[in-house]
Amino acid sequence: MGRITAPFGPQHPVLPEPLHLNITYEDEKVVDLSPAIGYVHRGLEKLAETKEYPQNVFLVERVCGICSFMHAMTYSMGIEELMGIKIPPRAKYLRVFYSEISRIHSHLLWLGLFADAFGFENLFMQYWAAREKIVDLMELTGGHRVILSSCAIGGIRRDLSEEQIKIAETTLMHVKHELERINPIIMKDYTVKKRTVGKGILTKDDAIKYGAVGPVLRASGVAQDIRQLGYAAYGDLGFEPIVETDCDSYARGVVRVKESYQSIELALEALYRLPEGEAAVKVKGNPDGETLMRVEQPRGEVLYYIKANGSKNLERLRIRTPTFAHVPGLLKMLPGCNMADVPVIVLSIDPCISCTER
Amino acid sequence: MATMIPNVISNLTRRPQTRLYPFEVRQPPLGARGHIDFDMEKCIFCSLCAKRCPADAIKVDRKGKTLTFEPLHCIVCEACIEGCAKDAITLYEQWRSPVTELYSKIYTPL
Repeated sequence: MGRITAPFGPQHPVLPEPLHLNITYEDEKVVDLSPAIGYVHRGLEKLAETKEYPQNVFLVERVCGICSFMHAMTYSMGIEELMGIKIPPRAKYLRVFYSEISRIHSHLLWLGLFADAFGFENLFMQYWAAREKIVDLMELTGGHRVILSSCAIGGIRRDLSEEQIKIAETTLMHVKHELERINPIIMKDYTVKKRTVGKGILTKDDAIKYGAVGPVLRASGVAQDIRQLGYAAYGDLGFEPIVETDCDSYARGVVRVKESYQSIELALEALYRLPEGEAAVKVKGNPDGETLMRVEQPRGEVLYYIKANGSKNLERLRIRTPTFAHVPGLLKMLPGCNMADVPVIVLSIDPCISCTER
Repeated sequence: MATMIPNVISNLTRRPQTRLYPFEVRQPPLGARGHIDFDMEKCIFCSLCAKRCPADAIKVDRKGKTLTFEPLHCIVCEACIEGCAKDAITLYEQWRSPVTELYSKIYTPL
């Protein structure tokens, strides 16, 4: 049987971003692949060295459009640790609220794109209609629809009023009801299962070996969630990571479906238990020293290394985003699958190439 | 796909999820970051806003008393509003309308 090597991406109808996979096929089966990235490098890490450290909050938000708040939060947490700043309890709960609505937004966006990947456009529209409510909520609370700019070093810049809290609670309950209507379709539908069950297997051992993170790791049976470290107010809220043991594309979808419910619960819990008081403290001085900060993003663990030298500018900012950890996993998921399953399996890791390349 | 049939039928009678833009324009919520504007009666050209701006959208000539603002570079982060000692910058909820060419606004003392 002859072998052919054909590129998948960087321009491909199913890919929102330019991931390039050189795939070798034998007949219609994938036998080998080599991933390549480097099409959307923006040099944000270098740019961060030229900006002053409070300005970098807005810069790191632009690493990823979807989990922008969590990038700002991770960076702020790092600087706060270096400067010994203790943020008020209200800011901690607000950070949980903003993080969780970002997570719901990301998961709904992905579930829509996933449905679109196997040609289920009606479902795609249903998910994005539900997501629109969350985006409206983000605009009401944070001011922007996607890039919130509500996190700052020392706390939160956008405190919530009583009225906003009520609207947020109503919206989250509405989205929960919408998801209860839509989710059974992706969980039980015959055609969805036909395209996802048993495809793109990443076993538990391989997931650990290839350094998978987030929902991909949890779908392979490893109960690891960085939120368990208890940053922001997660330590007080308490939750159990969602784990699936099937290790396939379907399991990765189920993890995200269940996590979107969990995120709604966590966001509501944070609002119910929101303490009174200030939402931010004033920051004076410059950071000095180095730190490593980890936060659970919708796609998995993000890692920030910050090195400061006591001046307004940072010496080094290093960001490792979750998709960077997921790309090696594709080397295990794809070989052996059919050519037609490649888009679905690639989408199952929720690739975000712009944040990977920064 | 059969599970979607009730949904497809209900869609025949339901209102569309989208708006008939531009005939029906959505009003931005209170506190939305639309655009910013400068009040030249209050501005003293201290350039604090320009120093804080992460997008380098504001440039201040302190000697020449001119403030150049590039609305298309502005990310409406409110850093300038927080930094302004004279409350000369205001946030408006209305979004800036799309344009086809880059432009800048030049402010001089009234």
